[in-house]
Amino acid sequence: MGIEERTISKHINNAPLNNLHTVKTRLVLLNLKEFIKKLRKHKSAMIGSFVLLSYILIAIFAPLIAPHDPAKTNLAIKLKPAVWNGGEWTHPLGTDQLGRDIFSRIVYGARVSLLVGFITVMIAITMGTVLGCIAGYYMGKLDAYISRFADLLLAFPFMIFTIGAMAMLGPGFWNLILALSFKSWVEFFRLVRGEVLAEKNKEYVEASKVLGMNDLKIIVSEILPNIVHSILVLGTLRIGYLIIMEASLSYLGLGIPPSIPAWGSMIEAGRDYMFNAYWISTYPGIALVILVLGINMFGEGLRDILDPRLKVE
Amino acid sequence: MKGIKILERLLATIPVILGIAVIVFLFMRLTPGDPVDIMMGREGMVTEAEIEALREEFNLNEPLHVQLFIFFKGLFSGDLGNSITRGVPVIQLIKDTLPATIELAIGALLFALVIALPIGIISAVKQDSIFDRIAMAGSFLGISMPGFWLGIVLIIVFSVNLGWLPSQGRLSYLVYLERITGFHVIDAIVTGNIPALLNALKHLLLPSITLGASMAAIIARVMRSSMLEVLKQDYVMLARSKGLSKWLVVLRHCLKNAMMPTITVVGMQVGVLLGGNMIVESVFGWPGLGRLVVDAIFNRDYPLVQGVVMFYAFTFVMANFFVDVIYTYINPKIEM
Repeated sequence: MGIEERTISKHINNAPLNNLHTVKTRLVLLNLKEFIKKLRKHKSAMIGSFVLLSYILIAIFAPLIAPHDPAKTNLAIKLKPAVWNGGEWTHPLGTDQLGRDIFSRIVYGARVSLLVGFITVMIAITMGTVLGCIAGYYMGKLDAYISRFADLLLAFPFMIFTIGAMAMLGPGFWNLILALSFKSWVEFFRLVRGEVLAEKNKEYVEASKVLGMNDLKIIVSEILPNIVHSILVLGTLRIGYLIIMEASLSYLGLGIPPSIPAWGSMIEAGRDYMFNAYWISTYPGIALVILVLGINMFGEGLRDILDPRLKVE
Repeated sequence: MKGIKILERLLATIPVILGIAVIVFLFMRLTPGDPVDIMMGREGMVTEAEIEALREEFNLNEPLHVQLFIFFKGLFSGDLGNSITRGVPVIQLIKDTLPATIELAIGALLFALVIALPIGIISAVKQDSIFDRIAMAGSFLGISMPGFWLGIVLIIVFSVNLGWLPSQGRLSYLVYLERITGFHVIDAIVTGNIPALLNALKHLLLPSITLGASMAAIIARVMRSSMLEVLKQDYVMLARSKGLSKWLVVLRHCLKNAMMPTITVVGMQVGVLLGGNMIVESVFGWPGLGRLVVDAIFNRDYPLVQGVVMFYAFTFVMANFFVDVIYTYINPKIEM
């Protein structure tokens, strides 16, 4: 049933109908309902979305959840172990080398990771989609320039580019987002450009042209709705990767400045205490792995549901 | 015909490499404060004349396009300038540290292949079995885990608690090894130095696992899906119906065809090997290129950062080129 509806929707999109818009609005709603139905059946996608939602809630309500001020140092209680290692309930996951509460720092660290991941993906999607639509729809010289530039950026491995960029920009929240999005838009650009190229010669676009729609309207209200699935899937899968990138750069001391609690720099701080306080590096890492795992499970579920042909290496 | 196409592809890398050089160059020049100011800030008392001499040495008084020209002239003659902090040619530092990095990359690649290929094959053949489920969950975990954290956890478990493996460096202090190629494993074998060989391998194990883990996860997933694809083909059915045993068919008939996508993915992972080694080398105190560039960043040794980043990008472009070439040779259907 579900698959049939999708093929029907493609058919209707392809057919030059006068009441194109009313048909389409109905179909989008139908797809949303169908989508939720499919999501419910997809076990790992459900687990993933549950994890992601929990982290988002934790990040939003961090001041209510964290028992202590994440920046408050107290050398009298430094290097206390977690509850199950003989610690006390006041500091459930123990304290770090400056006596700061690890649990509270992990809770606040979720903010940085999620913000960096989401903001970067938003910027990358916006840039990639706008440029991809322009390049794919109009082709020509502008397309050639943007594509060459994109190829150039692709010639740098991601980590090396961002490390180089951060070395120049210096650590900082917005610098990090700038460096990460400067490299990430390329993937969305290539995806959107390719999809627009494939879509623009289909009948429904021709039909819209005959109906006298201008280019902007055709791109925004005709082509984009047909490729937004692929963008969403790629975007979700990239968030997990970007969060790992953020943590890696913060670990090297090139990402988030140490004054803001972030998982990467917490793991780095614990490196010097591996011999007597393993928990300082271990627990933030576990928090990170669970979040990325959740995002990836959700992303792959989205792909199975929305866009089975899109595969990311 | 093929030769011409390969040549064309090789020529196509030239503008890319030039473009990379321009980007790296601009990166260094467009940042606020030039290298000399930063050096001065560190050195303390300096006279105007000395600053002027330094600016002269780094050609900072020339207009931008002249600087770019000088930079390119250096590149073509293999001169990447001198390191500010170490006073040695950058190219020399790269040559010295490269063997350590390559050794680690090979270790990681071997680890990934040895783990991932059997897992991918067995998972495909026994699709939906418990083994398959556990293996795929494991590979999902491998993709979602940051390398530096895995490295630290491995150190905590195997070095700190169990004391089985060393956590830092390439050799223990008391082990003597003559430097011939710079590859410790090869040097030890050539000189017949068994204790050094064992010591080097022990040092190599944890960093290789750390660097290879995410790659193993990806390779296992690709191997599984391409093997599943091959197993659906008619000729597999035919071979089975001739009475050949399942594993014989898999190993003799399917493996070769299923390897194709896997090889591509391994090729694409070169970038991961290059980028990941910066992190892994920092975690394990591995004296390779990655640590060199991270140290250079913190010392604000711009010529060194510039040279090593250039070198990384160049390697990446060439690696992609070779993957394309190899790919056309194994699969004649593919057009370059």
